[in-house]
Amino acid sequence: MSPAASSEVAAAVADAHRREWAFVLAATVRVTGDIDTAEEAVQDAYASALSTWGPRGIPKNPGAWLTVAARRRALDMHRRAATERRALPKLLAPGDFGQGEPDRDGGVPDDRLRLIFTCSHPALAPEAQVALTLRLLCGLSTADVARAFLVPEPTMAARITRAKKKIAAARIPYRIPAASELRERLDGVLSVVYLVYTTGHTAPVGGSLMRRDLAERGHELARMLRVLLPDNGDIAGLLALILLTDARSAARLDEHREMVLMEHQDRSKWDQSAITEGLALLREALSLRPPSRFALLAAIAAVHDESTSWSGTDWQEIFGLYNLLLEKWPSPVVRLNRAIALGFAVGYAEGLAELDALGTEPMLARYPYLAAARADFLVRLGRFEEARGAFEEALILTENDTERRFLQARLSGLAG
Amino acid sequence: MSKYLILIFQDEAVARQAEGESISPGYQEFMQRRNGSLLSGAALHPASTATSIRRDGSGGFSVTDGPFAESKEVLGGYFLIEAADLDEALEIAKEVPAGVGVEVRPVRVVS
Repeated sequence: MSPAASSEVAAAVADAHRREWAFVLAATVRVTGDIDTAEEAVQDAYASALSTWGPRGIPKNPGAWLTVAARRRALDMHRRAATERRALPKLLAPGDFGQGEPDRDGGVPDDRLRLIFTCSHPALAPEAQVALTLRLLCGLSTADVARAFLVPEPTMAARITRAKKKIAAARIPYRIPAASELRERLDGVLSVVYLVYTTGHTAPVGGSLMRRDLAERGHELARMLRVLLPDNGDIAGLLALILLTDARSAARLDEHREMVLMEHQDRSKWDQSAITEGLALLREALSLRPPSRFALLAAIAAVHDESTSWSGTDWQEIFGLYNLLLEKWPSPVVRLNRAIALGFAVGYAEGLAELDALGTEPMLARYPYLAAARADFLVRLGRFEEARGAFEEALILTENDTERRFLQARLSGLAG
Repeated sequence: MSKYLILIFQDEAVARQAEGESISPGYQEFMQRRNGSLLSGAALHPASTATSIRRDGSGGFSVTDGPFAESKEVLGGYFLIEAADLDEALEIAKEVPAGVGVEVRPVRVVS
């Protein structure tokens, strides 16, 4: 290795942070048995990379270098803690220490799957699962995670600390679940990854429609899972869904950064390579019986992606897919989307009737898309006065500034 | 191995009816099957027989009739178990034929 310039080193460390954080941390938890010590050791390893990669050169395999450094640091800390004889609850029994020594090929075993399953353990609150995943798998700081979910940093810090304490005190295992429960547990993992993606795809609150950083993290997590379990159809389904949805993101905003509905999007801006990859993954996911929730959602996204125009959209197919989804995974949001598909497949009046029936659903009481969908169908039916009321309701409910401007423009554009 | 307390919750109205002298077949079967993990356990008299003691903050106590938290679901019994980790504890807890459900709490190691 030859000496490297400081700008090169900074870039290499930043790159290794993005690519290797989860791998290095997961391998270090093996040695420490607890997450906090491992995080500290990994942070130290990245810090020492910043100071040593300059004079000694950037290693060929930064992940392996960082893992060795973090584990050495962790062993130091472990020895010191042992002399203090602190009875810290551990993730792994003492007998498990050292099992993660370099394998036959001299590499480090990949423990990222264990870490993923620990972070999305059903005994943790859903928002804690997401926070831990972003923090431990993506290496985001607590401040970044707090920003992503628009909560004050101390609130997020408390949430993460509480979750880590529960992992240690209740002994949530650092293990890949047994085959018999793998599919169910994996569904929990995929839900967390999808939530990260959707929070980025359409930000629930704030100034911009999308939070690309979060959407990309969700995309990367799905890709990581695909690499770790390449033959798993459920993972293929989630990655397909993310690719087929994300393919349209460049067309969702116009040159003034205003929202464009799919109906009016410039379809030449859709990312064809993402669509091609997504469709191949979807075929794989659909060969699995029964198809997963994500595979069905991906199939719906695929119908849009493969349609060359809005008017040519196969709404019958989309309506049928929503019916399948509703059968196995009933939820108010699925019923809402099914009602919209019905409106385009059969008639606006029929769709509107279904939407009106959802008006008493408590879970949708604060959901702006119900009022927005009603407003849209009312406009298409020429019932402008009622549409006005529905737009006004949606405007009260949405907390995203871009969506608010969009709804305001449609309201102002109503005749009369 | 860690210790976990499984708290058994039941509907107060249903529990009152089911009050009997012997252990129900469902529990007998569970206790036989999980004999190796069970450290202790007990069924409790109804919550109406409970007495709660609260510290009043100035060195005294207030003693009241009834359980600590008033709700439809009451604590009806418990098992103290030993399990390798939370997954195993949850697996055992799912087998408890509890009327309403159970709560699983890790037992703290204090020296």
